[in-house]
Amino acid sequence: MSFQLHKLYYGDYGESKNGAADISTQQTNKAEWPLWEVFIRSKQGLDHKHVGSLHAADAAMAIENARDVYTRRMEGVSIWVVESKHIHASNPDEAEALYDPANDKAYRHPTFYDLPDEVKYM
Amino acid sequence: MEQDFEKIFQDKVDREIRIEPKDWMPEKYRQTLIRQISQHAHSEIIGMLPEGNWITRAPSLRRKAILLAKVQDEAGHGLYLYSAAETLGITRDQMYEQLHTGKAKYSSIFNYPTLSWADMGVIGWLVDGAAIMNQVPLCRTSFGPYARAMVRVCKEESFHQRQGFEILYVLSKGTEAQRRMAQDAINRWWWPSLMMFGPKDDESPNTIQSMKWKIKRFSNDELRQKFVDVCAEQVKVLGFTLPDKDLKWNEERGHYDFGEINWDEFWQVVQGNGPCNKERLDARKKAWEEGAWVRDAALAYANKKAKQKQAAA
Repeated sequence: MSFQLHKLYYGDYGESKNGAADISTQQTNKAEWPLWEVFIRSKQGLDHKHVGSLHAADAAMAIENARDVYTRRMEGVSIWVVESKHIHASNPDEAEALYDPANDKAYRHPTFYDLPDEVKYM
Repeated sequence: MEQDFEKIFQDKVDREIRIEPKDWMPEKYRQTLIRQISQHAHSEIIGMLPEGNWITRAPSLRRKAILLAKVQDEAGHGLYLYSAAETLGITRDQMYEQLHTGKAKYSSIFNYPTLSWADMGVIGWLVDGAAIMNQVPLCRTSFGPYARAMVRVCKEESFHQRQGFEILYVLSKGTEAQRRMAQDAINRWWWPSLMMFGPKDDESPNTIQSMKWKIKRFSNDELRQKFVDVCAEQVKVLGFTLPDKDLKWNEERGHYDFGEINWDEFWQVVQGNGPCNKERLDARKKAWEEGAWVRDAALAYANKKAKQKQAAA
């Protein structure tokens, strides 16, 4: 299925004029610094949360870069970095099989149970 | 099968469910996004150059610190966006290569020179103002990583516009020479700022497709009109004027009418014939080439350390 887009947007002057029309998405360059995923704890007591990624030669540099890129306005008190190739993810195509079985188990939620109004603090 | 995927995809977009990198998406959607996000990222990176020009000559320590912070933000914005584009399968180095070879473009506005200090004010007010106008709706764009990057960008961008307006406001209260300098800067940047929204809306049926994908939610002309309406009022606070004799409030439309944009100039600049196209790209390429040994050395050092650690274990 192919579409022709002629709509032109901000910062996008179209394919015919000069856009990168034939974008190849093959990995070619071995000299590129590895990609790291960055997780930030915004304040003490909260979980680290994924904020984005960056390139760095090693873990120490990744943390330094993450400080500069992702915490310029006190967004964090702690940084985790992990090389992107070490992340394993569930397959979105299997989402149905993975998560649907939880749908029909409403009894796992407290609201499933009818209790008399006299019962307090429960 | 492809058709089914297409339908599921469109259904998600219609229900405002964000598309994530590992989800199935039409190839054309992927390519459109790679092009748009990378051009956006390149614009942030090249955008550091015209302002970097004034860091050493900022009129006070306060202004210097602000300008440094702003330029650093722009580097950050470029990096958020590159990282969003990379989730679509293109590498950082490929994007750089497309920029350096002229295959990918950046916003034409950065091909104009920054001649006076007042230009720093006008860039903040008009150029960042136009960018914000475009970026706020992008926070709801259908591709998750792009939308998240834009939320981050928008949070930071507001300071950029306010500091710019403040520079102009201070100049507007200054000496006659300072007022002249500010008006001159507005005169030079106004039309290129309007061009930032891109060419006029194209009435082709393909427009419907891209709106349907919710990559973008407003047309170029809609956003441009909004921008003109806002600026025509803000300029009054400064006591300056916008260089357009046709600029007039239209009661019936509820908008400002404005003059014809010089599209020939726009396409000339896009095609590489603007006042600073060569200078900008040369500066970018020089930084990339002269930094090569640093990148190689850091990688060699990291590899050596990793090997040593392995040997010790």
